[in-house]
Amino acid sequence: MSDVDLQSPPTPIRPWRITPRRVAPQIAVALGGTIAAMVVVLLTPLAGFDGWLLIFVPISVVGGYMLSRGKGAVATTDAMVGNTVVLVAGVAFYPIISLLWTVITQGLDALLQWNFISSDMRISGPDDELNMGGAAHALIGTLMMVVIATVITLPLGVLTAVYVTEMRGRLRVIVRFIIQSMSGVPSIVAGLFIYSTVVMGMNRFSGLAGGLALAILMLPTVARTAEEVLKLVPDDLRSASYALGAPQWRTTLFVVLPTVRSGIVTSGILGVARIAGETAPLLLTASYFTATTYSPTEGPVASLPVFTFNLLQSGTEYSFARAWACSLLLLLAVFVLFTVARGLSGRDKR
Amino acid sequence: MGAALGHGTETQVPEKRTIVAQASRGDRVFRGIVSAGALSSLVLLGLIAVFLIVRSGEIFGRFGLDFIFSSDWTAGAEADGSDSTFGVWAMLVGTILVSVIAVIVALPLAVGAALFIEFYLPERLRSSVRMLVDISAAVPSVVYGLWAVSIFSGAASSWGELLHKFAGWFPLFGVENEQYDRSPFIAGLVLAIMITPIITSVSREVFSRTPPDLVNASYALGGSRWGAIRNVVLPYGSSGVVGGTMLGLGRALGETVAVYLVLNLVFKPNLRILESQGGNVASLIATKFGEASQYEIKALLAAGFVLFILTMTVNMAATYIVQKASPLES
Repeated sequence: MSDVDLQSPPTPIRPWRITPRRVAPQIAVALGGTIAAMVVVLLTPLAGFDGWLLIFVPISVVGGYMLSRGKGAVATTDAMVGNTVVLVAGVAFYPIISLLWTVITQGLDALLQWNFISSDMRISGPDDELNMGGAAHALIGTLMMVVIATVITLPLGVLTAVYVTEMRGRLRVIVRFIIQSMSGVPSIVAGLFIYSTVVMGMNRFSGLAGGLALAILMLPTVARTAEEVLKLVPDDLRSASYALGAPQWRTTLFVVLPTVRSGIVTSGILGVARIAGETAPLLLTASYFTATTYSPTEGPVASLPVFTFNLLQSGTEYSFARAWACSLLLLLAVFVLFTVARGLSGRDKR
Repeated sequence: MGAALGHGTETQVPEKRTIVAQASRGDRVFRGIVSAGALSSLVLLGLIAVFLIVRSGEIFGRFGLDFIFSSDWTAGAEADGSDSTFGVWAMLVGTILVSVIAVIVALPLAVGAALFIEFYLPERLRSSVRMLVDISAAVPSVVYGLWAVSIFSGAASSWGELLHKFAGWFPLFGVENEQYDRSPFIAGLVLAIMITPIITSVSREVFSRTPPDLVNASYALGGSRWGAIRNVVLPYGSSGVVGGTMLGLGRALGETVAVYLVLNLVFKPNLRILESQGGNVASLIATKFGEASQYEIKALLAAGFVLFILTMTVNMAATYIVQKASPLES
């Protein structure tokens, strides 16, 4: 009697699935709004992207309202909020995209010249064309100071994290609080502090002073990331180690820390990404020098951000081209560091 | 032996032992080293405050509160500073003004972007967009400055002009000279763009930690996506958003290079945000440092101390709020 096939299971219907038919009206509104706004921008004195946005926002809001009409107040509000969130996110991301795009397009020219990485500005001035001079001095200086900062910060940061997570010392709440607040020390204040101690003490600018100033800014990042990583170590490992009779120092050094080896490296990488582009503290501590220097104690040392800053001040066409190239170099460094950090962060979870 | 247990025979209850956990020598050394390392951050923060105030004590001693509440910055030629006057009031007002503009603009953008990433974006794209946000939070400020000088400030000054044209009756938007570049408005927008990723990153993190049970319960009760966001996600994540905003504010208060490049420093307290004059303590330090005399350097250190206290207050408040929301797990 019944034709219902009881053998094969019913195909599930998934009412929440996004089908082309459901998205079509929304796409239509978005496209229609885009085109209508472009027409208005072309025909009236409103100009540029901001003019376009000014027209597009009301059109898309009204369109969204029309689409969801008849589905009840809740659905209408939901749709309106959804549209607003997407628009707001668009506005938030637009400057970032614009920045990345400009840096890449403007910086590629100078960066593609081999001499940009191989030579320094010892004999080249702001008016020299891009096939002369380069950023070698700044690259080497940045590398030197980042290494100094890392050598100081990594042990201190890991010790701090161990204190908070492993030792659970009496002051851990305070230490955690201080570390977190330290991440807000303005970079120029870190520079002033090192100026008033190291630079005034040695009576000259130096790469060492620059590295120390960067270390102050790097410490909170390293300590906090290392703490997050150490928290992921399962307590079973610690208990097992203690049960085998190992004292705390052996447990920490030979069980806990090796487990999160790549996490510790990640914390260092994120710290480097944080400081590689700092300008203000280096202005006051390492200053700037046009030639390549390898000594961290004998006089001023150039760095990529300060070099960029100085190029901006001289303001010639070629200086700006070099500044864009330096920015591209800095962005590439940050990107590579983040990618490596992301690749590593999956490693420890077994 | 086993049979004896529990059969009425007198069992000897052993004396309660006192357990003494005595750390071995290795452990004591280890704890000493770790504590010393951890306390270095505490010492460092103290040293920063002490050194700044010791090296600039002469300035505070001579000008007292006038150093904070007056707006005159004249560096004289005399080595003992007898013909110099220093006061950071205009810069202080400017710093706060610019940072407040930045937060007012950045907060809605960041919350919108965070909600977008966690609740509207398809799952496949989520991790790449998260990375984009994290990278833009790490873009050096000099790069933001370069972009602002060459691309953004032109557009922003025309927005300023529009704002004056249509809302000029509002005292904040009035101007004395018809010049709209290098204004606090532009500097505030640039800072907003810089701190949006920071606030987004923190807010997104808290939003993503909303217990999924609560969100699903909201859906199960027939709530819409907005219903779930308004009644579950936002209340749950609000302290995180506040904390992230305070961190962004701290960053904005201490920003040097980007502001230096887009703002015209004038030693006059100015609240008309579209006017081409403003102030910022950090930029003041960067501007004057190059050719400052020994005496003026002391004044700059004093300005640095004022800035340090200001940002530390904001940051400690932020830290307190955030840590209260996510207390240290035992």
